[in-house]
Amino acid sequence: MSIIIDQLNYTYSPGTAYEKQALKDISLVIEDGEFIGLIGHTGSGKSTLIQHLNGLVKATGGSVYYNGADIYDADYNLKELRTKVGLVFQYPEHQLFETTVLKDVQFGPKNLSLTPLEVDLRAYGALKQVGIPDDLIDASPFELSGGQKRRVAIAGVLAMEPEVLILDEPTAGLDPKGRDEILDQIAKIHDERHITVILVSHSMEDVAKYVGRIIVMDHGRAVFDGAPKKVFSHYKELEGIGLAAPQVTYAVNALRERGILVKTDATTVQEAKAAVLAVWKG
Amino acid sequence: MIRDITIGQYYPADSVLHRLDPRVKLTGTLVYIVSLFLVKNLWGYLIAALALAAVIRASKVPFGYIVKGLKAVVILLLFTVCFNLFLTSGTPVFEWKFIRITKEGLYLAFSMAVRLTLLILGSSLMTFTTTPNELTDGMESLLSPLKKLHVPVHEVAMMMSIALRFIPILLEETDKIMKAQQARGADFESGGIIKRAKAMIPILIPLFISAFRRAGDLAMAMEARCYRGGAGRTKMKPLHYHGRDAGAWITMAMFVAVIVVSRRF
Repeated sequence: MSIIIDQLNYTYSPGTAYEKQALKDISLVIEDGEFIGLIGHTGSGKSTLIQHLNGLVKATGGSVYYNGADIYDADYNLKELRTKVGLVFQYPEHQLFETTVLKDVQFGPKNLSLTPLEVDLRAYGALKQVGIPDDLIDASPFELSGGQKRRVAIAGVLAMEPEVLILDEPTAGLDPKGRDEILDQIAKIHDERHITVILVSHSMEDVAKYVGRIIVMDHGRAVFDGAPKKVFSHYKELEGIGLAAPQVTYAVNALRERGILVKTDATTVQEAKAAVLAVWKG
Repeated sequence: MIRDITIGQYYPADSVLHRLDPRVKLTGTLVYIVSLFLVKNLWGYLIAALALAAVIRASKVPFGYIVKGLKAVVILLLFTVCFNLFLTSGTPVFEWKFIRITKEGLYLAFSMAVRLTLLILGSSLMTFTTTPNELTDGMESLLSPLKKLHVPVHEVAMMMSIALRFIPILLEETDKIMKAQQARGADFESGGIIKRAKAMIPILIPLFISAFRRAGDLAMAMEARCYRGGAGRTKMKPLHYHGRDAGAWITMAMFVAVIVVSRRF
C-alpha cells in the first residue's frame, strides 16, 4: 500500500513557444502513514508533481502506481483515485461555492453517492476536525474570515475520508497564528486518522517541526530526500537553490564554528536548546 | 483541455509581423475582413486563402497553434453551414423526404464556411502577433479622431485590452477550479445535458467571484499608480511608423486590388 512514482516527466505546452519541462525524471516511493514535507522554490515543480498523484495531470513520461496499480491504465478508475488521494489546492477558499458552510463540505461526500446520513456525519466530523464551531455551520462561506474559509475548504476534502491527504501551501497568506493553528490541526489529523499527509511548502521552518521526511525540489528535480535532520545538514546547498534551513540550524552551526561543540542536527528551537544545554552541563 | 483555447492570445516570436506597427495590423485586419466580403467567386477565396497562408508563414506562429483557436467556434461554423445548406431555395440537387439541398445552398454554405474560417484565422493572427499593450496603443491612435465627438477612446481601448489580457488568466483560473472540484469528486464528463449544466455551478460561482475580485484588485492597483484615464497621459513607447510599415501598406493595397479584379472572372 503506497504510492510509487517512477521516472516521471512532465512538459507544459509541448511544441509551442511556451514549452517548459516542469518535472524531470522524478522517482519516489511514498509509504502509508508518512508525513512528508515537499519543499521547493516557486516554479520548482512541486504543485505539478502533486497533481500527478491523483491523476489530474497526465505525465508526458513515466508512471505512477497507487497501491500497486498503474493509474495510467486505460481501465483505471481515476474518479475513485481522486477520492482516495485528497488534494487541497493553493488558496482552496477560492473554490467555495455553496450557500452554507455545511453544504459546501457535503459536496465531496455527496459525489461519492453515500447515504444522506453518512454525508452529514462525514461533513460534520470534518468541520469539527478543522475546528469550525457549530454556530458557523449554517453561515455563508463567503462571510467567514480568510483562515476560517481555508479550514472549511480543507474540511471539504477531508470529508471524503482520503487515504492520502495532500495540501498545497495550506498556510499561504495566513498570519503566524493562523499558520500554526492550521499546521497543528493537520498534524492532529495525521495522528488521528493514520493517513499519509504530504505538505507542500516553500518554508523549511513551517514543515521542520511536523514532518518525518522532506523532499526538496529544484527545477523539476527531486534533489534531496530524507529525514529533516539529514536534509538540513545540506543547508549550504539549500541556500544555493534559494531555500534556507530553519534559523536554529544556522545558530547551532555558528556556535560550532566558534568552537562550541554543540550537536548541529537541531531543527527546532527545543532541540537546539537541548543541544546547547547538553554542552553547558558538559 | 481548456488551456488549449488560443483565440485572442499573444504568441511571442520574432517576425516581421510581430514588429509591424499595431495600427498597420489593425487596419490590415479590417481591410482583410472587408475584402472577404468583396469576394464573389472561388478565385477570390483562393487568393484570400493563399494571402493569409503567406502571412501566417511570415508570422512564425505555428499553424497548428492558430487552428486550435478555431475549436472555440466550431459550433458556430456548423450552425452556419447547416442553415445555409438546408434552408436556401433554388435548383435542388438532392432530395430525401423533407431534406432538400440546392445548388445555391451548397455554394452559399461553402462560401460562408470559408469566409468565416478565414475571418477568424485572419483576426486571431492579429492578436497572436500583437501584445495587448500595442493593441491598446494602436486602437487608441486609430480611433483618436472620435475624441472630437466626445467618445472616450482611451477608456474603450483600455477596456478591450484588459478584456483580452484577462482571457488567459480566467482560463487558467477555470482550469484550477475545475481541478479543485474534480479533486472533490465532481464529474463534468458524464450524464445528460441537465446534469452537466448543473455540474457547471461549482465552477461558475467561484469563477465569477474570482473575476470580480481580480477586477477590484486591478482597479485598486491602477488607482494606486494614479491612473485616471486618458487625458494628459503620455506614452513610454510612442508609436512610430517604419519602412516596413510602408511595405505593409503597399502589400495591402495590392491585395485589395487583386481581390477587386478577381470579381470580374
